[in-house]
Amino acid sequence: MSDVEPTIRYTMRAGKPVVEIGGNWTVLTLRGIRQKAARALSAAGAGHAARMVDASGVDRLDTAGALEILLLAGGGPDTEVTTRQKVHADLFQVVQKNMCAAMPERRVNWLAHWLEEIGQNTVDLYRQVINLCAFFGEILVVFVEACLQPRRFRISAVVRQMYEVWIRALVIVGVLCFLIGVVIAYQGIQQLRQFGAETFAVEAVGISMFRELGVLLTAIIVAGRSGSAFTAQIGTMQVNQEVDAMRTIGLNPVEWLVMPRIVALAVSMPLLAFWGDMTGLLGGAVACTIYLDFTFVQFFERLRDTVGAWHFYTGMIKSPVFGLVIATIGCFEGLQVRGSAESVGQLTTRSVVESIFCVIVLDAVFSIIFLLADV
Amino acid sequence: MAEGGQLVDHRDGREVVLRLRGVRTQFGDHVIHNKLDFDVFRGEIVGLVGGSGTGKSVLLRTIIGLNAATSGTIEILGVDTSTLHGKAERAMQARTGVQFQDGALFSSLTVSENIIVPIREHAGLDEQTMRDIAALKIALVGLPPDTGDKKPSELSGGMRKRASLARALALDAELLFLDEPTAGLDPIGAAHYDELVKGLSQSLGLTILMVTHDLDSLNAVCDRIAVLLDKRVVVGTMEELLAYDHPWVREYFHGPRGRAARQERK
Repeated sequence: MSDVEPTIRYTMRAGKPVVEIGGNWTVLTLRGIRQKAARALSAAGAGHAARMVDASGVDRLDTAGALEILLLAGGGPDTEVTTRQKVHADLFQVVQKNMCAAMPERRVNWLAHWLEEIGQNTVDLYRQVINLCAFFGEILVVFVEACLQPRRFRISAVVRQMYEVWIRALVIVGVLCFLIGVVIAYQGIQQLRQFGAETFAVEAVGISMFRELGVLLTAIIVAGRSGSAFTAQIGTMQVNQEVDAMRTIGLNPVEWLVMPRIVALAVSMPLLAFWGDMTGLLGGAVACTIYLDFTFVQFFERLRDTVGAWHFYTGMIKSPVFGLVIATIGCFEGLQVRGSAESVGQLTTRSVVESIFCVIVLDAVFSIIFLLADV
Repeated sequence: MAEGGQLVDHRDGREVVLRLRGVRTQFGDHVIHNKLDFDVFRGEIVGLVGGSGTGKSVLLRTIIGLNAATSGTIEILGVDTSTLHGKAERAMQARTGVQFQDGALFSSLTVSENIIVPIREHAGLDEQTMRDIAALKIALVGLPPDTGDKKPSELSGGMRKRASLARALALDAELLFLDEPTAGLDPIGAAHYDELVKGLSQSLGLTILMVTHDLDSLNAVCDRIAVLLDKRVVVGTMEELLAYDHPWVREYFHGPRGRAARQERK
């Protein structure tokens, strides 16, 4: 392809202003043409209002080039164009017929933009909360119905989901809690040694694992791997109109898709949290045998003597609630998916963020309740 | 049979913009095309038809380069595509345009921005120029001016197809590939789309290869029709194919829908 630069010259011909165009005018040669034209125009003297174009020097032309030429010649569809080639004349005609001003870019004052954004987000948040409450209500209705007719719990679906969210999460939850147990024990020993109280590291591991870390860590892992999976699965079904198809067949998506997932996660969470607690303790015990010259038996005897059962119960009470919240948000966001695959991605992100946020807020609420209940 | 799978030689001295010779594509043991020859000449509109599973889309993807042929040569605008790399390949991409079946518009960008993407990538003009060009392309494909600021998800199926055509035209491609451009449109919308394609090809001098199943489109816009038969392509005008003796071709063109479409044309 020859790269002949486009040329432009503003001249007078028989007392009339004319724009002379030459060279290649294609989309690939137009870079910087407007600055060039502005220079040519100022060289010709301001006020050059040409309505005539002489494009007989043009070599190659495409629609973008024709559009630029017409715009540089003052723009209107009434511009007169002379060309050498018939193809070019046709092209100018097509462009003249179709050219219209580009929609002006919408420029908004930053303050207005900012206020609009805040307002929009507030309204969105309000709607989100309302919808979530409505969704929760729907779940309760289906739950009550299912309690009256236990067949409607869809046991096989629940079991399949439990395999996904419980069995398949065991390794990752176990490994992470084990490592956290080691870290807490090690840090505890390091700090408490300054008071000669390093054996209290056992309580540090036991209480923090039972009360908070075991269940919280498990909840965060589950939100990341199961909550997001719920949103993506249901969202994809929503995009494929599978959910709509279910409705037309008379199947309630809440009963078929949401309920099994919620039940499965609410049951699996305590099981996983218990597993997390145990592996965490194991990690602590291993750290204590290494840094404290404890035997396993010594570690667990001290644990039995100093850490009360209620520390364990508080964690176990929280875990099904966390599971319920994660599953509810995951399914809710999945059903919010509209239209494109893009929104599946967006809502999956939102579901993870929201469920982790809710889990931590609820954890704080539980702390207050347990404080008041003095356990 | 004449060269390039043609029933009769239609070349008439025109430049060959797309030339396939001995193309073979296979997935595993499954051979889809074998010894396939196919020519497209400058300025014509060719419709590609074939039963389901005969590999229309595979052939299109192979020509575009999204799928490698097992053997054979594919020349686009006189250049063997297998020899193209880097800069030359990008230059070739600027001279061809593709409209995918469902539009394949970038969903996170507005229609204008979608059209600007190839322009920015290949030409790198200033923003205002590119916006002006985008507005022109939107008008060319018959969309209202305010479409430019809309997201693909806000458009109807027919509008998405038009917007996708506008993006394919962004760089004034010489050779356009359309994948089922009228599928999923109502008959009125499809007829308008056919007119649009025909008009654009005449006014902009485009060469178009379109995969289609729409017998009305074949009648209304296509100069020649390529039929995928027994892993090869047979090309001819409607009249020639009507006279061609092959069970699938007979059933396709002489079936009730084929007859109805031709009737309408007369």
